[in-house]
Amino acid sequence: MKIHEIINVLKGELICGEDFLNEEIDYGYSCDLMSDVLAYVQNNVLLLTGLIHPQVIRTAEMLDIRAIVIVRGKKPSDELIEMARIREIVLVRTKHSLFTASGVLFENGLLGEEITHDDIQV
Amino acid sequence: MIFKYDVEGGEFINAGVASSEFKKVLKQLGISPEIIRKVSISMYEAEINMVIHANGGHIEGEITPESIHVLLKDEGPGIKDVDLAMTIGYSTASKTAREMGFGAGMGLPNIKRNSDNLKVSSILGEGTEVEITFQLN
Repeated sequence: MKIHEIINVLKGELICGEDFLNEEIDYGYSCDLMSDVLAYVQNNVLLLTGLIHPQVIRTAEMLDIRAIVIVRGKKPSDELIEMARIREIVLVRTKHSLFTASGVLFENGLLGEEITHDDIQV
Repeated sequence: MIFKYDVEGGEFINAGVASSEFKKVLKQLGISPEIIRKVSISMYEAEINMVIHANGGHIEGEITPESIHVLLKDEGPGIKDVDLAMTIGYSTASKTAREMGFGAGMGLPNIKRNSDNLKVSSILGEGTEVEITFQLN
C-alpha cells in the first residue's frame, strides 16, 4: 500500500513526512516492544505502535523503517517529531487501537510480517 | 579504520546516537545494506544495554577489508551469569527501560543471531566487555 492510502483508510493525521506519501510499503508490524521489533522485523514494514518514546524513532532508523503509525491517538513530543523529520520517517496518528488499526490495514491488503525464527516452535 | 564513541549513562533519549553515527559511516563506505542492518541492530542493542545497565561506557567500531568489529566497554555492575543473560526472555532491566520498549530479554540473543561472533566478558563490580564481529566476505 502507498503511505497516503494507509493514512486514508486509518482516517489518520499526518504529522510529518509529507514528501514521502507515494512510497509503497508491503508489510505491517504492530508492537509496543522495541526489543521485539529489532528481533523480528526483516522486511520493509509499516510500524504500528502506541509507544511514543524517542527510542521508537531510533529503532526505526536502525531497521530502515520508513513510516510509523501511532495508535490510540497518542501525541508524540516535538522532540520525537523532529527526530523523525531529520531521518525522513513518516509519522501518522490514528485514533484506532493497535488491534483495529492493524485489522483495517490487513483488510486493505497490507500483509503481516511473518515471524521466521527457527527457534520458535508452535 | 577505528571510530570511537562515548555513551552517556541514564540518558535514555540519547541512547542510540553512537549506533546512528556508525551506521552513517558504514553507508558512506558503501558496505552492503544487509551487513549494515546486522551491524546497526547489534550495536544498537548493545548500546541500549550499556545505557540501561551500566551507566554508559565506550564503543570502538573497527572496519577492515575483512570484517567489522564492535567493542563495547563499560564500568557497570557486571553480569552475574552470562549464560543466563543470553537466554531469551531473561532480563534485569528497570521499569524505565521497559517503558521505552526494552528490557524484554531479547537483546543479547538478537546480537548473537545477527553477528558472526559475540563474546561477552564480565567481572562483577568491575564491568563488561562485549565484542561483536561481522565478516565482510
